[in-house]
Amino acid sequence: MTYIVDITVRLKDGMRDPEASTIKRSLEQIGFETQRLTLAKQFRVTIDAESEDAAREQGREMCERLLANPVIHDYTIRVVRE
Amino acid sequence: MKFAIIQFGGSNCDYDVEYVLTEIIGIDASIVWYKERLNGYDGVVIPGGFSYGDYLRAGAIAARTEIMQDVRRMARYGRPVLGICNGFQILTESGLLPGALMLNNYPKFICRWTHLRVENDATPFTGRFKKGDVIQMPIAHKEGNYYADNQTLQRLKERGMIVLRYTDEKGEVREDVNPNGSVENIAGILNEHGNVLGLMPHPERASEEILGSADGLNIFNSMIEYAEGIATDEIGED
Repeated sequence: MTYIVDITVRLKDGMRDPEASTIKRSLEQIGFETQRLTLAKQFRVTIDAESEDAAREQGREMCERLLANPVIHDYTIRVVRE
Repeated sequence: MKFAIIQFGGSNCDYDVEYVLTEIIGIDASIVWYKERLNGYDGVVIPGGFSYGDYLRAGAIAARTEIMQDVRRMARYGRPVLGICNGFQILTESGLLPGALMLNNYPKFICRWTHLRVENDATPFTGRFKKGDVIQMPIAHKEGNYYADNQTLQRLKERGMIVLRYTDEKGEVREDVNPNGSVENIAGILNEHGNVLGLMPHPERASEEILGSADGLNIFNSMIEYAEGIATDEIGED
């Protein structure tokens, strides 16, 4: 079965992100009141797997071993059938 | 005595390190392309640059190449491993050093001289210094903001794993001389065993007086003296 694994990697809560704060300030400069802005990186990986759970597990391993740095990142995974 | 300098696609301080080791100090050192193996070396330097264009995270891709297994093995067998700038990022990404190097506090590339205080002189890389010495080396990075959680920081402090801190010219640790937001002004750390050092400043760019400082030379010389002094058991396979 072919699955699309959508992986979102973002900095853990409370960690300083100067890029995000700069973008937030810029939004405010053009008139958008913003309470909070965070940045994330998204990966869309298409894989073959036996089940949705197996696809999710592969996504988790990808995060643990490469896509995220567990020291600074949290990640979320969403799996859909292609 | 023979040192390896690993070259990844995008390394750009490899030849500077080679020049310092072979021309200034006069030891045998070779640049090793990352697809080769590290056999018969007494120590290894992972130089600065932008391996893999800093794709994903600085150092992330290089950290997962096969040659890093050889680096891991050399580290396990007590050989000195020195990671400079991108080399430091590769060492944290590979788990050989704790913590992570994040985007600078003020998110731009910084290239300038810094003052640094030697926090531990009983390491393979600082034998030629005295604790408290204030030295000068330049930094050139955008992701040099060292981060570690509180538990890790505590361990770094208790075990003398913090080797260099950014200070003013008198050796005072102050927030306003912290160039990148590194926690506790950390510029360089050791692994637990003490034979792996990662640092953001560039000792190879401070190895001749004509460049403004030769303080960096003492890091290389300390490392070489250490390598000469250790028993050279064969490095086994995994």
